[in-house]
Amino acid sequence: MQITYTSGEQVEVYRFSLPVTVGVPLLALFLQAFVPRRFPFFSYFDLPLLVTIFFAMARRNPISGLLTGAVIGLVQDSIGGHAIGLYGIAKTVVGFGASSLGVKLDVENAGARLLVTLGFYLIHGVVYFAVARGMVNMTLNWSWGHSILAGLANALLGVVLYFLLDKFKQRT
Amino acid sequence: MESVLGRYRNLIILVGVLFLQVLGLAVQVKRSSDAESTRLIRIWAVSAITPLERGLVWVQNGAGNLWHNYFYLRGVRAENRQLKEQIEQMRLEQVRLNEDAAQARRLQALLSFKEQFVSRTVAAQVIGSSGSDLSRIVYIDKGENDGLRRDLAVVTADGIVGKVLQAFPTVSQVLLINDQSSGVGAILEKSRLQGVLRGTANGEVMLERVMSDEEVAPGDTVLTSGGDQIFPKGLRVGTVSKVGTGKDLFLNVRIRPAANLSKLEEVLVVTEKQERQAAAQVTERMRAADILAQRLPSVPDKPATPEANAGGTAGNAATGTAGGASGALPPSKPLTVPNPQAGAATKTQSPSGSTKQDAGSIPPGIVTPSGSQAAGSSHTRSATVPGQTVSNGAPKTAPPRRASEPAAQTGNSQKTVGSKPADSPATSPETPKPALPQSNPQPPAADDSPN
Repeated sequence: MQITYTSGEQVEVYRFSLPVTVGVPLLALFLQAFVPRRFPFFSYFDLPLLVTIFFAMARRNPISGLLTGAVIGLVQDSIGGHAIGLYGIAKTVVGFGASSLGVKLDVENAGARLLVTLGFYLIHGVVYFAVARGMVNMTLNWSWGHSILAGLANALLGVVLYFLLDKFKQRT
Repeated sequence: MESVLGRYRNLIILVGVLFLQVLGLAVQVKRSSDAESTRLIRIWAVSAITPLERGLVWVQNGAGNLWHNYFYLRGVRAENRQLKEQIEQMRLEQVRLNEDAAQARRLQALLSFKEQFVSRTVAAQVIGSSGSDLSRIVYIDKGENDGLRRDLAVVTADGIVGKVLQAFPTVSQVLLINDQSSGVGAILEKSRLQGVLRGTANGEVMLERVMSDEEVAPGDTVLTSGGDQIFPKGLRVGTVSKVGTGKDLFLNVRIRPAANLSKLEEVLVVTEKQERQAAAQVTERMRAADILAQRLPSVPDKPATPEANAGGTAGNAATGTAGGASGALPPSKPLTVPNPQAGAATKTQSPSGSTKQDAGSIPPGIVTPSGSQAAGSSHTRSATVPGQTVSNGAPKTAPPRRASEPAAQTGNSQKTVGSKPADSPATSPETPKPALPQSNPQPPAADDSPN
């Protein structure tokens, strides 16, 4: 089995150069770690999640999607102070789901991207919450209001970000 | 079979990847106290991210310093003038606080309290954070190479910040006090109620374990209690912002941290704290009565009576022996050095007339007629009770000097009070001789005194 960054399905698939494949997630992780120090509200955004969703939807390959999510999530866990695997599991699920959805639906327009990002933000939150509560015994409070608002904010940022990242897409 | 594997290939890989991560998570949860199992992964991740952060912070600070130190100097003169005035006021305040601190140290010494001092800190700059609102962690630009290690307290001038969670070679992870896995021993400044400071999932700081029948008011100051063995006692934590009824008979006390945890720039890492007896050198072996006597108006000394002198000799001799046994008196201490403590000891002796009490209060280094005593106290003694010790006590109570014994003790003592006996060798004050060896304390003078 060969895992590549492209897939050939019915819908159009894209690939990315190696610098973009490595650099964009690293930049997202860096910004996520650096910017909230100056602007605390930025911690409500989850740039690594948005990048995971973008790559997964663009490649439309569930395996590369889940692997991208797993790697980004694990690195994000490593930067944080909690157990490694919380973000990893959540982003693996999101990567798999986003790429599977990308195979079946056209998620190129802004409206679809907004809804997909909102949905996956909530899924990410639910998985994280479940694992953190169930396995690590962390005390987390789930708030639908907070989650939906943060999801909308992330979705709006995601639409802008996807537009910028579209420039790096390469047709197969 | 192959077709089944091919058909569910994606799902199988998903389950496999998830299973591996769950397994890894389970291992970490089981070894919750052992951070070494994931250390390598964390080092890789931190090494990939922090150089960028460090570089950006450096550029940012350089630009900021250039602007503020060379271009934007508006109002600096006025600010300088204000600061000078502030310094003057603070100096006055410092004098008062020094007095209070000295008194507190004396009282602590009396009770054999131990106190902690922050003896060494390392200044560090915050270069990044975990980036998640679920994990309140910041990164500082100092690590193991700078002497940092796990569980060191991190503070600012305003108050405590957190503790070092992991120290890597060049950077360290700091767990903030508002993280939900953080715990700090805290005490309310006024009511002295103790509790445990914990962070919540939404980044608030709560004081737990305060019983609901206790009185806690918003605005109360919270300090560290030192009970967690990480933060030294008495550091500022914050103020109570809200008090509510919690569950299980405990209050829900919300704390506003003194340090601005969301905008940290520079922090201090406490790399060394000393715990020592709260005894200032001057106040060693001082009694409360002596301290009070120093503060009270002086009472004229009573003329010495033979009984008192005899008792005084015995008491002093006992003191000298005890001091020698404890080893508090350095043998080579010059005999002519004035000892401010001796003044207090002598002053309290005369009015009370109780030499037993005086024996307990004489600090190490005071001359006893038996010869194991520094001359500073003799000097003071002669000034307060002229002739009391020497003219009546010392010649009577001085034990027979051994051949190997330095002659300066008695000679100096006698010289100080100005009644040198004929049989004592002349000793110049410019050539002080060492005190008696501590390993050979003199026998009680009263036993040897020829009555």
